[in-house]
Amino acid sequence: MATPLNRREFIGTTLAGTAAAGSLVFGFPTSAAAQGAAPEVNAWVVVQADEKIIIRIARSEMGQGTLTGLAQLVAEELECDWARVTTEYPTPGQNLARKRVWGNYSTGGSRGIRESQEYVRKGGAAARMMLVQAAADGWNVPSAECSAVSGFIMHGASGRRTSYGKVAQAASRLQAPTEVALKDPMQWKLVGKRMARLDTVDKTNGKQVYGADLKLPGLLNASIRACPVFGGKVRGFDAAKVTAMPGVKKVVKVGDNAVAVVADTWWRAHKAVSALPIDWDLGPNAAVQQSAINATNKAGLDAEQAAVGNSNGDAKQALAGAARKVEAVYSYPHQNHATMEPMNATAKWTPERCEVWTPTQNGEAALAAAAEAAGLPPAQCEVYKIHLGGGFGRRGAVHDWVRQAVAIAKEMPGTPVKLLWSREEDMTHGLYHPITQCKMSAGLDAQGNVTALHMRISGQSILASIFPQNVRDGKDPVVFQGLNNGGGEAMLGYTFPHLLIDHAMRNPHVPPGFWRGVNLNQNTIYMECFIDEIAHATGKDPLALRRELMRNHPKHLAVLNAVAERARWGQPAPDVNGQKVFRGLSQTHGFGSYVAACAEVSVSKDGALKVHRIVAATDPGYAVNPQQIEAQVEGSFVYGLSAALFGECTVKDGAIEQKNFDTYPVLKMADMPKVETIVMGSGGFWGGVGEPTISVAAPAVLNAIFAATGKRIRELPLKNQSLKA
Amino acid sequence: MARLNVNGQVREHSAEADTPLLWVLREQLGLTGTKYGCGVAQCGSCTVHIDGAPVRSCVMPASAVGAGQKITTIEGLHPQGAHVLQKAWVENDVPQCGYCQSGMLMAAAALLKSKPRPTDADIDSAMTNICRCGTYNRVRAAIKQAAGEIRSAGLDIVHTVRSV
Repeated sequence: MATPLNRREFIGTTLAGTAAAGSLVFGFPTSAAAQGAAPEVNAWVVVQADEKIIIRIARSEMGQGTLTGLAQLVAEELECDWARVTTEYPTPGQNLARKRVWGNYSTGGSRGIRESQEYVRKGGAAARMMLVQAAADGWNVPSAECSAVSGFIMHGASGRRTSYGKVAQAASRLQAPTEVALKDPMQWKLVGKRMARLDTVDKTNGKQVYGADLKLPGLLNASIRACPVFGGKVRGFDAAKVTAMPGVKKVVKVGDNAVAVVADTWWRAHKAVSALPIDWDLGPNAAVQQSAINATNKAGLDAEQAAVGNSNGDAKQALAGAARKVEAVYSYPHQNHATMEPMNATAKWTPERCEVWTPTQNGEAALAAAAEAAGLPPAQCEVYKIHLGGGFGRRGAVHDWVRQAVAIAKEMPGTPVKLLWSREEDMTHGLYHPITQCKMSAGLDAQGNVTALHMRISGQSILASIFPQNVRDGKDPVVFQGLNNGGGEAMLGYTFPHLLIDHAMRNPHVPPGFWRGVNLNQNTIYMECFIDEIAHATGKDPLALRRELMRNHPKHLAVLNAVAERARWGQPAPDVNGQKVFRGLSQTHGFGSYVAACAEVSVSKDGALKVHRIVAATDPGYAVNPQQIEAQVEGSFVYGLSAALFGECTVKDGAIEQKNFDTYPVLKMADMPKVETIVMGSGGFWGGVGEPTISVAAPAVLNAIFAATGKRIRELPLKNQSLKA
Repeated sequence: MARLNVNGQVREHSAEADTPLLWVLREQLGLTGTKYGCGVAQCGSCTVHIDGAPVRSCVMPASAVGAGQKITTIEGLHPQGAHVLQKAWVENDVPQCGYCQSGMLMAAAALLKSKPRPTDADIDSAMTNICRCGTYNRVRAAIKQAAGEIRSAGLDIVHTVRSV
């Protein structure tokens, strides 16, 4: 019997076989190669006659800096002049036509660099070898006598020298080498350096074109309204009420649950769709309230059946016989990604071809969605990727907005139509951070040592909704992020004599998604706050207790020790503006990297929280661009603190209540603490940096709040809690 | 046809009177550097200057802007994109996804114009734009660097910071 494939594999195996090979065709707006006629040296590298180097990037740039980091890796091995490097996206259609020569396009799970580093470096190295070979052939000398530095090839014996641009044509006709050696990390000149991003300037002058900004000849615009209740449908609508409004071209039913208005401008389309009377069949979910979702998750905390994620010994028995027990229940809410650029896609459909321009975290998944919605073979479709105005996981696995855009374009053959969601549409039709609760139970012996820990998670599974084929026997392995027994991805840093971590799956009707940090976010809160609770209950210092429990996990401990030392844990923090400052710790391992944080907070008598400073440490193994890692760590605190302080989407009558930033507040400048980042790459492995730090933000702050107030916050967000003395 | 003075030019458009300035700029005048983020003046992505003051253009009807009032967008902040803040932004590698940065820069430019030596509290109260990537600390550093450069160069603050 064939092994079920996940969606990504499915796309690769089916599309690559049917797509015809062809020359590279690049779509607006990333067509550097289309302007120069230079042939590629290989799939990763184009060298133009003017010495400009074009490095192909398969992953998507959404702010995380992967574009620059991946280019550094290619350029390192290519030995080119970094100042001449530009980048471009090869299209997903061409990737499939060329048997996925650029590998995976999925940009999520902080995997951009760590998953592709080896083959992109080999791509750069192979191109360098071909350029050197071409020069050597021209000189009629062995290539082994030649060397390449900064875009030039030298023949030491004769002193001859030429440039990459001069031999690129000849190099492009050579066979690719079969054996490609990579540099020893000690030889790296670009990797590991604080390189400036390649995409900054256009983001400071308004020139960067986002999907929402795309201009095409004859372009029309669409605004959409989907049923406010998930699972509801359109029963009918009165198009005549809006067809006479200025600019309106067409009113289109989209799928069974949405209606769009197409107009000359988006504002006119949006005005019309807002005025459009729609008769909704809300369906049975209209009866669902937040309290019912919470009650279901609560019941799961004590359910008999649960999938085991990690265990050793017999935790239940050890707990039953423990001299003393500590127990606490935590909860974590649904949240919207709230990318600054709302979902959008431009689609052009004819009976023969469908093209889509969209910001996507996975060009191949976008292509598959477009082809399915277009009713055309993937070989007759194409997706042109555009830099994202934020992704955070919303634009990766499920391309609902692409399907909608294609469905609308299909109603107007030959006309490109840009669908842009309003903020309200975006807030109420997200793929939300899964909602869970957690009961933590610790058994202590007479001396206060932890003998057993039972962590029962109850609530929503992402995989059950998005990749159900990856759920086996009721177990979603991603639920246990950061809690795994070993492995390089996300492992628990503590050792307990008896351990049980299990999950009672409870899936509400609200669709979940991969939300930056994913399940590490709440798991780290549950574990790291509860470790603090145990420390308090046993009269131990939170750092000392962690050190005891982490003795088998030196890399976890190393980042924790680094923040404790930098923050001077154990010495009182200096007052700020006459207010006492308190500290809290947290650590975890996720997305392949070890991270820790120490937060410094004060809480005023009337309960006002101020997070003054966070010291953070990250060990991603190899640190490709430390200044961008710092940017990701700072950004992770913004995302993580937004969640901890404000983040919450609640359900009323089956629909999400929060509709814009006035009811879904996020962290702003005034709330932003100072961040000191220790990048401590220990080498030997490749970890991600875009996500892991998010998860340590909240527990470090919550533990500091406890130190300041004695109040243990177990339900987020903080805005619903009083810290008043 | 209605008229607006944008980036030093008189521009005509045919949008309905209640159309927000944001959408006139983006869809009638092709100036897409100014972004739509929320439509309710919460996020600041749509910030432009009207006579030098920061305005959230998503809730400002275009018809409420007088023909004599001068609108400046990110495209007009400096003819070569070399405003002291834009240079500081590049030097500090401020943007991540970049979508909010036009609004951030316009808010910062207005701040420096009114307060050439902003304190942290000034920055906190003027910079209420939302950035989901989390560039706040670099935004703050770049504003301070730009303010410092204006001071140390002895530049004419009003001339340097004022929009074209």
